[in-house]
Amino acid sequence: MSTMSMTASKLLAKMSSGEISSEEITSACLNEISRRDASINAFLSVQQEAALEKAREVDQKRKAGKPLGKLAGIPIALKDNICTEGVNTTCASKMLEHFVPPYDAHIVERLKAADAVLIGKTNQDEFAMGSSTENSAFKTTTNPWNNTCAAGGSSGGSAAAVAAGFAPLALGSDTGGSIRQPASFCGVVGLKPTYGRVSRYGLIAFASSLDQIGPFARDVTDAALIMETIAGKDHRDTTSLDAAVPEFTSKLEQPLENLKVGYVEHLQEEGLHEEVKEATLRALDVYKSLGAELVPIELPHAKYCVATYYIIAPSEASSNLARYDGVHYGYRAKDFENMIDMYAASRGEAFGDEVKRRIMLGTYALSSGYYDAYYLKALKVRRLIRNDFEQAFQSVDIIASPVTPTPAFTIGELVDDPLAMYLADIFTTSANLSGIPGISIPAGFSQNNLPIGLQLLAPPLEEERLLRAARMFERETEWHLKHPK
Amino acid sequence: MDYTVIIGLEVHVQLQTNTKLFCGCSTKFNPDHPNTQTCPVCLGLPGALPVLNREAFHLGMKTGMAINCEIPSFTKWDRKQYYYPDLPKAYQISQFDLPMSQNGWLEIEIDPETRQKKKVGIIRAHLEEDAGKNSHDESGRGQDSKVDLNRCGTPLIEIVSEPDLRSAQEARTYLEELKLLLTYIDVSDCNMQEGSLRCDANVNLHVHKENGETIPTPIVEIKNLNSFRGVEQAIEYEVQRQWNEWQETGLSLKDVPKETRGWDADRGVTLEQRGKEDAADYRYFPDPDLAPVTVTNAERERVFKELCERPAERRARLEERYQLSVYDAAVIIDQGVDFADYFEAVAESSENGKQAANWITQDVLRELKEREMEIAEFPIKPDVLAAILQKVKANEITNNSARTVFQELLNNSKDVPRIEQIQQIIEEKGLGIVSDTGELDAIIQAVVDKNAKAVADFQSGKQAAVGALIGQVMRDIKGADPKMVRQLLIEKMS
Repeated sequence: MSTMSMTASKLLAKMSSGEISSEEITSACLNEISRRDASINAFLSVQQEAALEKAREVDQKRKAGKPLGKLAGIPIALKDNICTEGVNTTCASKMLEHFVPPYDAHIVERLKAADAVLIGKTNQDEFAMGSSTENSAFKTTTNPWNNTCAAGGSSGGSAAAVAAGFAPLALGSDTGGSIRQPASFCGVVGLKPTYGRVSRYGLIAFASSLDQIGPFARDVTDAALIMETIAGKDHRDTTSLDAAVPEFTSKLEQPLENLKVGYVEHLQEEGLHEEVKEATLRALDVYKSLGAELVPIELPHAKYCVATYYIIAPSEASSNLARYDGVHYGYRAKDFENMIDMYAASRGEAFGDEVKRRIMLGTYALSSGYYDAYYLKALKVRRLIRNDFEQAFQSVDIIASPVTPTPAFTIGELVDDPLAMYLADIFTTSANLSGIPGISIPAGFSQNNLPIGLQLLAPPLEEERLLRAARMFERETEWHLKHPK
Repeated sequence: MDYTVIIGLEVHVQLQTNTKLFCGCSTKFNPDHPNTQTCPVCLGLPGALPVLNREAFHLGMKTGMAINCEIPSFTKWDRKQYYYPDLPKAYQISQFDLPMSQNGWLEIEIDPETRQKKKVGIIRAHLEEDAGKNSHDESGRGQDSKVDLNRCGTPLIEIVSEPDLRSAQEARTYLEELKLLLTYIDVSDCNMQEGSLRCDANVNLHVHKENGETIPTPIVEIKNLNSFRGVEQAIEYEVQRQWNEWQETGLSLKDVPKETRGWDADRGVTLEQRGKEDAADYRYFPDPDLAPVTVTNAERERVFKELCERPAERRARLEERYQLSVYDAAVIIDQGVDFADYFEAVAESSENGKQAANWITQDVLRELKEREMEIAEFPIKPDVLAAILQKVKANEITNNSARTVFQELLNNSKDVPRIEQIQQIIEEKGLGIVSDTGELDAIIQAVVDKNAKAVADFQSGKQAAVGALIGQVMRDIKGADPKMVRQLLIEKMS
């Protein structure tokens, strides 16, 4: 097994036994990036020098027997909407192309304190709006399994980086599926924690009530490991939850007893790819074989998720993105006649089509006269969706479903059909709307050798249950051990 | 045809917290060092998030209670969205449909003669963050405009009155009473020069036609009122302007949308304004970054207990307890809490409220003004002044001599004047009331002997002649009681 396909846990063990140094691991990652990222385009920037310096520092600390953080010496890639002090944070937008934050996001502080090695900032859809990274202002990330296919999005760069062997761990953000969908497309583990589990301080907002930071990893254990570092209350984010953070890795190998797995029998059968359906049913069989009870459930309002999501997310986005006006920082147009013109020209030139589309949708939905019919109505439906899950979790422990209706689509296939792209969010948006945790784990391959993911959902703050259930499946299967050539 | 003036005021008051409403930056007034009191949160940098300053909310509750508002158990934050360079997030965090206090009133006196009072309704008082400050090149040379964000994020409470005010004078009185109240309960310094108290006025007329019909004229919001005089003058101007316009056009509220005009204090006119107000749709929606705030009964009670006696209550109590005139009580209250405390301390220990009021509203206040001093800095402390006044009351010195002592203490004390100095001064200057009628008798006799003409005038019925003689006697013997001198003189001459 090459270093490039090892998990972070394995690498940590090898570092502590002295078999390998952080500098060697980091160099290996950097070499892979420089060798192959020109075709994959996972990274927008690579912090080569800083990463090597940190790796050497960790190696020295280890040699000197000094205390080390939980992720000491492990290279980690960050989505480029997570603020890093002194390092460009662009959101893959021309608007923030040259924006250098004067501060670190909360989770960046935590990763640094845990002695992680931050190697680079990954590509994404502009301002996290999209499902393919095709909306990046700079480049399109390709799927490491097939370079004509999309890596998914919006956190496509992070997913591809982990799948391609550029970094054992990466962080992304998930507003409507932006971690789980690319994880599924790229055949890695992607976790969206409970809303409020991980501080959003320093995550550049897309839709504040839905955004949540989470990890990409090569297996469930690694996802649990990094969660121990990034989860927890942060007083700078008042929506972050004041709940104890379990040691997620400690009980991971203990199977859940009397597990009840919920599933929806006829959810969106039309449009659901046959191979995805088969993989999902196979996964349910795996749980059954492990002694779990399969329980059909009803989520009566699930069919409204996409519509609800595409009112709430753009509404919040229209407000969150209003600050990019060319006055204080970011892109400013060169030619303009007056103040209003400067606003219009700066925003017109620096935002891409999808961002503009969503700003317009949201502005419309919040306008006086439409607010009640759209935004307020969407909030009410959101409450009903949340109630559906509360109800369902009365009788089941977790819910299993597909992540996406199809395996990775071809780059360019849906670019001109935003609605089809939106509708593919059918299985993922519900977790954001209801604030519950969700995970995507490798669960099969299509005939074209493209990964297929399985989504598991759990009640709020039940990441531990979610991770243990995922690990039960992972122990029985080998999908996560396959790597792209 | 006549009309009734209808006025409602929106008052923005800066709450005196050390730090801003949603971040830890200082709220100090600091225009000379622009953009030095900022951080990612108040700069609206990507990724930064607001955190509520509980102290600001606390002061907001105190304010709401002082103006007799209900404090609901649940309140939330909304984004008010508009583009302006002094607003870096392009939205202001404010409160829309669920303000933190509502349905209150403030009582004002609308006629000093009859002492008629009136309760002015308060629709709501809500918290919001201030914007920064733009400064534009006024030389006409087209220099870039500048933005200072030091003020951005400073906590404000916006107090919206019902349209209950009926004249410019009433509006001014309301604003003065409000300022007094807010400084009294210590939630704001209400410094109008520094922008801690800002006022917009909504004004229109109800025109009463001969046929009994009443027609409202279009509502005008006057902005930029930053002095009490400005409020009064702007409204007076606007009333006249609207009356003229009504007579010319006959347009009513239904025909014309609400207009915004700015008060130009130099020219004494209101001018039509253009700018951000054109964008009427603020697209308010609940701020997803901030949790709603819940207020418990226990919290309400705790804050209510902190509320000191309010000016109106104290004014009434002073009148009652110390038998003060309406005028004196008002003067004392208007000077602020410390001044009223000073008065009460003197009145209590001298046991003569009326006398204490005379001294404090005249002598003490005059000295404070001349010395440009606050009462807290005044060297003569209440116990010392009370001791002087006790001497007058005990007939040991005259009121005039008391003034001499007062001045002597004020002008010639090395340290803070002490009570012991009073007797020393009285003795050094011979200010003690001369009760030994023998000495006094001799002096009076001498004066009578010297002033034959005045004596004759008196005897022929000219009472006024006594005055001049009293003066002469008093010059010769300092501590004499003028009443006694007068009596003795009359006895001598009769």
